Formats: sequence, structure tokens, C-alpha cells
Amino acid sequence: MLNNEKIEELCNISKRVRKNIIEMITEAGSGHPGGSLSCADILVALYFHVMKVDPQNPGWEDRDRFVLSKGHAAPAIYAVLAEKGFFPVDELKTLRKVDSRLQGHPDMKKTPGIDMTTGSLGQGISAAVGMALAGKLDKKDYRVYAVLGDGELQEGQVWEAAMAAAHYKLDNLTIFLDHNHLQIDGTVKEVLSPEDVGEKFKAFNWNVININGHDFYQIIDAVEKAKKIKEKPTAIIAETIKGKGVPFMENQVDWHGKAPSKEQAKEALNYLN
Amino acid sequence: MPKIATREAYGEALTEIGEKIKEIVVLDADLSKSTKTSVFAKKFPERFFNIGIAEQNLMGIAAGLATCGKIPFASTFAVFATGRAFEQIRNSICYPKLNVKIAASHAGLTVGEDGATHQSIEDIALMRTLPNMVVINPADAVETKKAIYAAAMYNGPVYIRLGRHPVDVIFDESYEFQLGKGIVLREGKDVAIIATGVMVAEALKAHEELKKENIHAMVVNISTIKPIDKELLLKAADCKAVITVEEHTIYGGLGSAVTEVLSEEKPVLVKRIGIEDTFGESGKPEELLKKYGLTVERIVCEAKKILGIKG
Repeated sequence: MLNNEKIEELCNISKRVRKNIIEMITEAGSGHPGGSLSCADILVALYFHVMKVDPQNPGWEDRDRFVLSKGHAAPAIYAVLAEKGFFPVDELKTLRKVDSRLQGHPDMKKTPGIDMTTGSLGQGISAAVGMALAGKLDKKDYRVYAVLGDGELQEGQVWEAAMAAAHYKLDNLTIFLDHNHLQIDGTVKEVLSPEDVGEKFKAFNWNVININGHDFYQIIDAVEKAKKIKEKPTAIIAETIKGKGVPFMENQVDWHGKAPSKEQAKEALNYLN
Repeated sequence: MPKIATREAYGEALTEIGEKIKEIVVLDADLSKSTKTSVFAKKFPERFFNIGIAEQNLMGIAAGLATCGKIPFASTFAVFATGRAFEQIRNSICYPKLNVKIAASHAGLTVGEDGATHQSIEDIALMRTLPNMVVINPADAVETKKAIYAAAMYNGPVYIRLGRHPVDVIFDESYEFQLGKGIVLREGKDVAIIATGVMVAEALKAHEELKKENIHAMVVNISTIKPIDKELLLKAADCKAVITVEEHTIYGGLGSAVTEVLSEEKPVLVKRIGIEDTFGESGKPEELLKKYGLTVERIVCEAKKILGIKG
């Protein structure tokens, strides 16, 4: 049940996740804060309200699957998995360090709870399509979720996968577009505009839902709607703010792939308290 | 000797093994009639997925299926499988060591008339550089079938190179293929001819020719190029010299793999026969093999040269 109490709980988790994102990237001295903060609420909603997962049994066959196609947002999924109990929160500070289970981009063989190795843009969505196909083949009722970046849509493989998902009528597949409008070199519009992404997915015969990606009601409502759609995959176009929650990072291209200094991190954590 | 293309054997093997192992699924990129996965598709339509002309997605979907316990055989032409989808194979399949088999047909010059764009002459080199990847290049239809079984039983990424053009059947059904093991097909002490894939039959013919001149050539079939059978290579290096023969560029394929091992562990003179820093062209398979020096005559000539015998 989604009530005010639940929403408050999700908001509190999100706050802790954001703080952990800042702390782990600061400790690592490198990483991607902007795009981790922009998709944090979507991941929190998925792992703390939507998905069937078992932290004690990460490989559970009937679990829902998640693919972080925009793998550079690894700190966000690590913080969420730690919060959910897949591994100790303490381990987050080992991010990007030698011998760590937390690689710079998600590695399914190293980190409990990571369902697919990602990091090279455009590849995660294909794997999600494969997982959804396997679910159909085995007549299992698990669902597959993936988060993609809007810059990532410039990869042709995304559209190959979009075509295949619609062709195979994968109604057990839901992707979120973390639509924060920024990529490394500038705004997505300036670098290479994909134009109206919703219309593009519609043209590929997807069910498309537009939401605010920081509003838990809207995120969860969209997922519930997607579950009811038959014979079509769903794309949830989530409007988000890159760097969300840290005012000096919000909507700033510079914070795509840069670690904050100790002082900046302190300032960021103050905002998040 | 009957001639059968290794891709034909692949289609048959898939169908047989698909009956026994229900986790096997087959994917193709709009070439199922050529790769022979259509045979499987006909028998197990629910376990066959045509991904369309989209090789990168083909590899990614195969990876996703493998994470859910399936054993995907992803099939297309070698040039597209390894070239266009290289990074997908690297990051989505090999890095997480997923149980995906890449069966790549139409490898080498013997694709023939389609010309250089379709002649995969560097696929072994590309696949050999990837950690976790096993690379198999079967010599004939019998070995192909056995290799497909072995690949299906092995847990991890495997690249299997197949040809379009019918080739001699060398092995009989009693042959036992072992992943990672080569085999001595003819004993000999003067020169070791180490061959792979469709060139093995030519190496055997070269052995006969050399015998007429009292030159005793050992013939070795290396079908698993990675991991390579070091022990057998060291045994071959007991000969006075070594010749490698492959329908592939001399850079990065069998010849390189053999010289890497021998130069470090048992230096011996090695001559690499293969395609020499050039693209192919359109033509009949036999004409191309001749033009690019992949013939019995060339092997015989190089054997004499390396032994210092005037021919």
C-alpha cells in the first residue's frame, strides 16, 4: 500500500542514499555524482516498493531483475543495494578501490544484487530484453526493469533493442529514461538531440508514460500502469534533475563525472541533512 | 572423401543437442538460412529468436538470456559477429563470463564471391584477445559436431568458427574431441605442420606429397586455439622446424598463438602460412585459396624451404 507513511519512508531512504552517493564518490576521488543523484529516487522506489528481491538470496530465480544501463550511475545502485541489505553500508567506502567488490561500473560477478554487468552505454537494455525473453520462455512472472540515460539514446543499439522488445511483445519489461537533459559535453539537445523521445518509443510500438522522476507517487503509479499493459513494453520517461538534492550540482554539466572536494562534500551533505 | 561445410554440421548438431538440453536457445541476425540455424528454428520454433539485422543487440540479448540460465547460441557471419559486435562481446559476454556461444559462419576467404567485406580474416585474433573466451576452429563436419557438444557442456563464452564452403571429412565418428586439446594426425620428425580449420585437410595432403620426397612431416590439428594445447606444441617443436597454416591473417591467429608459446618455451624456426596483411577479393573459393597462397603446393614449398632443401 502506498500511503503517506510509505512515501515518507521512501523519502528518508532516498536522503540516506544521496548522502552515501556523495560520500562514496568523495572517498573514491572520482565517479559520477550528477547522474547518480538524478536516478536515485527511481531506484529507491523500485527496490523499496516495487521489486521482488531477496537480499539474503541475490540469485533467487523468481526475483524481479534490474539493469542499470547507464552504468556510470553505479554509486546510486550500490547505495540502494547496501541500504536494502545486500552488503554492508560500510563497504560503500571501498568504491573504485583495488580489491573492492564495488567497481567503477556495475560488475555482476563481484557485487551481490547486481543482475547485469554494464557501463558501456546502450548494452544494458539489450540484456534486459534477453532477461524478459527468458521470463516469457519459462512462463515466469518476474518483471525486468532498466534505467537508461537520455544521452545513452544516441547509441544505435538502444533502438535495436527497442525494436526487438516490441516485436517480441515483452510486456514484462519496463524501462525508465532518466531524462535529466545533460551529458558530458553539454545539454543533450546541443550535443545530439534525440528530439521527442516519447514519440520515438511510441513509434517503436512501446507504451509510453511521462512522469516527474522525483515524485514517488508518480514513479510507483507509472509502474502499476505498466504492469497492466499487455503485449507491449513500457517506457517511463522520467523528468529528472541532474545532481538533484545538491543545489550547486543541480543542472550543472560539470558535475557529470567529477568528485567533490572534502569541503564541497561537506556542503552537499549539509543540504541533504 | 565426402565434402560437407562445417556450418551444415552446426545446424545438425544444434538440433540434436537441442533435443537433449532444453536450456539451449538459438539466436540469429537474419541469416538463419545461411548459418543453418533454420534447421533448429523449424524443430524448436519457441526456442529460436530472430533478432533481425542487429548484431550488437544479438549479443546483448544472448547475454541477458544467459543470466537467466539459458544457453544461447548466437549465430551470424563471422565478420559481423566479431567485428561489429566486438565490444558487446567484450563487455556484455566475456567480462561477466556469461554462458554464451557465438557460432560464426562464413569465416575466411572461402566465403568467395561476396568479396572482402564478407571475408572474416581477423576473427580469431579478435576473439583470442578477450579474457574468458574459448576459441574453437573445427577442421571438418565431424569435429564441428563434437565441438558444438563440448561448447554446450562448457560453462562460459565460446567462439566457434565455421565455414560456408564444403570441406573434406577427416575424422570418423570415433574421434573424441576434447576442448583445449590438439591432435597429432600424422607422425613425422622433419617438420611439423600445425594447421587449423579448413586448412587441416590441405596439411594432410601436403604430408603425402612430402612423403614422396622422403620428407616426414608431423601434422597437428589445433582446433581449440584458446586455450591452446601447449604440451602438444612443445612436442611438435621436437621437429627441425614448424609451419603453421590457417585461413586467417598471419597476425594474431594460429601462427601467432604457436609462436608465442614456442618462442618463450622452446625456440624453433616457425613459418606462418596465412593471409599476409591484405584484404581478400571476389572469386571462387578455390581460386582465392590459390591466389592467397593457401594450398598444398605452398605448404610443400615452404616445408622444403624451411628445411633448407632446394625444390
